[in-house]
Amino acid sequence: MFNKRSVIGLFTDEDSVADALDKVSESGFSSAEYEILTGTPYPDGTFGDEEPKHKLYRFPIIGAMCGFIVGLLLTAGNQIAFPLITGGKPLLSIPPMLIIMYEGTMLGAILFTVFGIIFESRLPRLFMGAYDTKITEGYIGICITSTPEKMSTAEEVLKNNGAEEVKRGWE
Amino acid sequence: MQEHHHRTDKQINKELLSSIFATPKWWPIATLLCLIVYLTGMTAFGYMLNKGVGVTGLNRPVFWGFYMVNFVFWIGISHAGIMISAILRLTQAEWRRPITRAAEVLTVFSLIAALQAAPLVHVGRPWRADLWVFPYDFSRGIWINVKSPFIWDPSAVMTYLTASTLFVFVCLIPDLAIIRDRTKGIVSKIYGFLSLGWRGTPVQWKLQIVAGILLSALVLPVFVSVHSIVSWDFAAQIGPEAWHSTIFAPYFIIGAIHSGVSAVATVMVVMVWLFKWDKYITSDHLDAIGRLLIIVATAWFFFFFLEWVYALYTLEGPELAMRQLQVFEMPWSALFIVFVITAYLFPVPLWLFKKVRRNFLWMFITTISVNIGMWLERFLIIVPGLMRKQPLMFSWGTYSPSIVEILMVAMTFAWVLMGMLLFARVFPLIPLFDIKEGMVGRDEIKIGRAKVPASIRE
Repeated sequence: MFNKRSVIGLFTDEDSVADALDKVSESGFSSAEYEILTGTPYPDGTFGDEEPKHKLYRFPIIGAMCGFIVGLLLTAGNQIAFPLITGGKPLLSIPPMLIIMYEGTMLGAILFTVFGIIFESRLPRLFMGAYDTKITEGYIGICITSTPEKMSTAEEVLKNNGAEEVKRGWE
Repeated sequence: MQEHHHRTDKQINKELLSSIFATPKWWPIATLLCLIVYLTGMTAFGYMLNKGVGVTGLNRPVFWGFYMVNFVFWIGISHAGIMISAILRLTQAEWRRPITRAAEVLTVFSLIAALQAAPLVHVGRPWRADLWVFPYDFSRGIWINVKSPFIWDPSAVMTYLTASTLFVFVCLIPDLAIIRDRTKGIVSKIYGFLSLGWRGTPVQWKLQIVAGILLSALVLPVFVSVHSIVSWDFAAQIGPEAWHSTIFAPYFIIGAIHSGVSAVATVMVVMVWLFKWDKYITSDHLDAIGRLLIIVATAWFFFFFLEWVYALYTLEGPELAMRQLQVFEMPWSALFIVFVITAYLFPVPLWLFKKVRRNFLWMFITTISVNIGMWLERFLIIVPGLMRKQPLMFSWGTYSPSIVEILMVAMTFAWVLMGMLLFARVFPLIPLFDIKEGMVGRDEIKIGRAKVPASIRE
């Protein structure tokens, strides 16, 4: 991470970003070396880039299973540890257990989903790399992160393809 | 949606962050007033802790009064916040954009108000409540009673509170990054820390959009379970037979939606009045929520009617006695008339008129009216239900609230108002990125001689 450098080019319209991305790719930068930064979500493929992949859907399923097991252990464990017969109901009374197990399942699914969103978004990010506050003002950024030797090429490609401003940053 | 104001990202940032970067003159006064009312309520709570629950109007056989009424009311308000946000997100309704955040935040503060309203203050010795709810009493070997509805209730409410708080936080991350970029020094560092280093990469946006839909889908079943379980506090207990009703769960849920959606509409109007966000929350939005309210209110009224049909058709003594109290005995009969008028007969016929639905003042008056009615509805279920002789209670009795209870009810209202005011000063009440996304896919198309705003969606 520390031997890499990054550069960002700021653009104002979507078409020039798409064109510039083609040129960045042609200049020998792999898709892992560049990313688009925007202040608003755009439809997939707006800039001719690949659809982002994620594995978020696994998280709620795992979380739900964990929550269900915790709910089962809590409800069964409590009743066995403190065998209090109420209302003539059996010691391990299924209907009330189901209610708490249901809440446990949903809580587990939600907690893991939130964890999954943060993890899959690669957050928290300690180093911002090349970034400009104009991104959240409507500018679109192409950020190239690579070895120090390729930085001047990256700057040149961005400048020659419509970037209004080009800035360097640390990764 | 016919009304459309195109705004650039810069304009959106400036206008929607105005509540954070500039302090309106009324804000400190309003917040201070809420704080005074809140602290007065807390003082009353302290007094009750010191003297015991004898300082309230609660006595045999009416052991649930204002506290429980207020608890059910705030749980109800909390429901529509997430419900409206989740359903509108799932159906990708365009008019959701300016109202989801405020609805979600209302949910969080209402839930905390509900927790302050009853469970912690109602038990006599609140410092011991944790031992009854959380299973960690290793020293005495006495564990929680899973079979009690009062254990189901905290498990559901805490799940809902955790879920809605996380929901608000996740959807807030991109907006926190916007504030981070517009501030300097320590403030920027705090927002930077909260935004977790958000940059706005395609994968982050993709996950943000999926998160909104996925969390909505997960929160909705929790929302249904919470008010069902609150209704089982009544329906599953041995006490008043009149509460042993199979329709209580759906009746409570639809009642919660009725009062909650009305509260969201009230908040929308207030946001426009206070922050001048009339370019974002327009008459079109009020019209849409007004139409939704007609359906919700009528569905609720159908359940209300059914409850009466089941009560009267079976001719059971306890049911008839409770209805007798509600309709023929003062002061309950007067309250009953006010309840029916304010919750349904006054607002719903008015909402049938487009001019009323599109008018901010009328929507404010009618939605406030609904919540007056819905508060009374809970009061009329609880107090007359408990007043008569029960199997485990051998006397008749009545109830009038003490000043301590009144102050603590006022405290919860002050809490929610204060919470919303404080939130609006620190975080944006309208999701900026959602508004910007709406602008990206929006254009005006010409159909014949009319120009109509259209939305392009994936």
